[in-house]
Amino acid sequence: MHNFEPDGRRDEALFRPIEQTTRKFWMTVGILVAIILFAVAMFVRQLVFGLGETGMMQPVTWGFYIINFVFFIGISHAGTLISAILRITQAEWRRPITRMAEVITAIVLAIGGLHPIIDLGRPDRLMNVFLFGRLQSPLLWDVTSISAYFAASTVYLFLPLIPDVALLRDRKKKHHWLYDFLSWGWQGTPEQWKVLHRAINIMMIVVVPIAVSVHTVISYIFAMTLQSGWHSTIFGPYFVVGAIFSGIAALFIAMIAFRRAFHLEAYLKPIHFQQLGKLLLAMSVIWTYFTFCEYLTGYYGGEPAEMRTLLYKLTGRYAWLFWTMLTCNFVVPVTLLSSRKLRTIGGILASSITILIGMWLERLIIVVPSLENPRMPFPHHIYVPTLTEISLFAGALAVFALGFTLFAKFFPIVSVWETQEGRQLGLAETAERVTGYLPDDTVSHA
Amino acid sequence: MARWGMVIDLDRCTGCAACVAACKVENNVQVVSPEESERGRRMHWIRLLTEVRGDYPDTEVRTQPNLCMMCENPPCTKVCPVHATYVGADGLVGQIYPRCIGCRYCMAACPYTVKSFNWYHHEPPPELVQIQNPDVSVRPKGVVEKCTFCYHRLQLAREKARAERRPLREADYQPACVNACPADAMMFGDLDDELGRVGQLSRSTRAVRMQEHLGTEPKVYFLERRDAQL
Repeated sequence: MHNFEPDGRRDEALFRPIEQTTRKFWMTVGILVAIILFAVAMFVRQLVFGLGETGMMQPVTWGFYIINFVFFIGISHAGTLISAILRITQAEWRRPITRMAEVITAIVLAIGGLHPIIDLGRPDRLMNVFLFGRLQSPLLWDVTSISAYFAASTVYLFLPLIPDVALLRDRKKKHHWLYDFLSWGWQGTPEQWKVLHRAINIMMIVVVPIAVSVHTVISYIFAMTLQSGWHSTIFGPYFVVGAIFSGIAALFIAMIAFRRAFHLEAYLKPIHFQQLGKLLLAMSVIWTYFTFCEYLTGYYGGEPAEMRTLLYKLTGRYAWLFWTMLTCNFVVPVTLLSSRKLRTIGGILASSITILIGMWLERLIIVVPSLENPRMPFPHHIYVPTLTEISLFAGALAVFALGFTLFAKFFPIVSVWETQEGRQLGLAETAERVTGYLPDDTVSHA
Repeated sequence: MARWGMVIDLDRCTGCAACVAACKVENNVQVVSPEESERGRRMHWIRLLTEVRGDYPDTEVRTQPNLCMMCENPPCTKVCPVHATYVGADGLVGQIYPRCIGCRYCMAACPYTVKSFNWYHHEPPPELVQIQNPDVSVRPKGVVEKCTFCYHRLQLAREKARAERRPLREADYQPACVNACPADAMMFGDLDDELGRVGQLSRSTRAVRMQEHLGTEPKVYFLERRDAQL
């Protein structure tokens, strides 16, 4: 990059939340920590007494933990994948969004990755996965791919953070030692900028296939079995689409929350919501298309076991959840997002909330009804989660909120240098790029 | 080497559940409280499927034991992340309790729903402590377990045959459920022995296997009722 130097004195609004601690911050942290402590206590109880503390039984041997595992890992796609795609396509409107997206990934991935562990009957034997791991098991594919994604996305979060950390260090307000350490001797020399840009460029490419692999292999946990409702070739892409879909919805909620809390109206403008809203609309339609393909194929084949599970979902006990899911994931977002008048920040918030509910229900509808309909006759039991599972779900959400709050306490939630780069260089670069698309005047007039 | 398998004659099954009781005692299978049982935490290595056919008063109850099918191509062992469930040298599907991490993936993958999970640790009632079988290890909470075709009996039978310097005979090794069946509906032996009772019956036209279309190749055969239609 040519002679670009971010200015630590501009964009004061982005530094303010870091340097001024309000009472609201401590209250938020207090409430979240209380919820987390309660969840930890419930988990310890489960460790002591056994998984019987949950509502799981036979034949529903997987419940909330696996649902939330898939759900949280899905949300993690918000981040890195969206941010990488927007960077690759040089979407200029990405600048205030990417940082938040990357933070979501890192935090949610850690939460999601813990879920299979709290679901284990013997978490004390976790090391067996490494000592005796069978690479033929889809669970091992998960371990591999989630760790790769976690490593890649933390690096991808950290790299673009370095110049901002250096700005904070140079402001010399607080936590000087921390910023000094994390800035890794960043001086903003042209050589350093060159290396940083190259590193970001490599990571944004690397992250995309890893992200796709993560949700593909999560779907394989289900698809590789012979169970009706799971054994489907479409599951890989279906899960990836659902993941990106719920990820964007989560990103919107984070954007709206921070816009309000930190008064970032000047940075996160309606146009950013409009642009990303279009992507959300597209994902909604694609998700619905995949759902249609999946269910129609199952229905048309009419295999008895498959049919039983399918009708159980569409007309049985889970029917109301199924139709709520379709309303949440298709009817509401498409209505709100396809009209310019309704695609306001309020409309986007409403559809993001329904999408998160709908996508959580989708995970539930995949996991539970299939297990409730085994191929061989089995005494029918209904899965009802217990307080243990519900409080661990609340705890997971609280860890997410707390992680985000703490990140925002130490680092700018909107990338300062990228915003300034957009101001100083992006404008000219974009003009140059657009000029390049146009027919060459000098030749045609000659 | 013998390919151990079972043939169950559904014409002879009376639904007495002697196999269920014998298995429970033989293998130290946990007894859960009535409340836990109501919640779907019953533990069985063999269970009786019952089906009521027809309308009152012309009804008929049909029963069929359901146990680990000891598939040649088991869906459960494929998915195990830690090699805790595996196909042993005898072709029997085993479960290593001290290695199992309790992820219950094998339970979700089993098309026959024959695996049980230790949701809690239940102290056996005092009267049962006296009759615990010392040949079968008790399982801690948090691991999956299932029928082993009474593998400990095979080990004992092998030892005995070796001590007596003679080959292992079919009669030396019979699982507890087969021993207990008063109607002689369950038969156990070498499926490859074409002249043996089990080998012959498994090749009869009445022999079927459960969920055969899945390609799991179970080693438990059922002889269909001769009055297949009501």
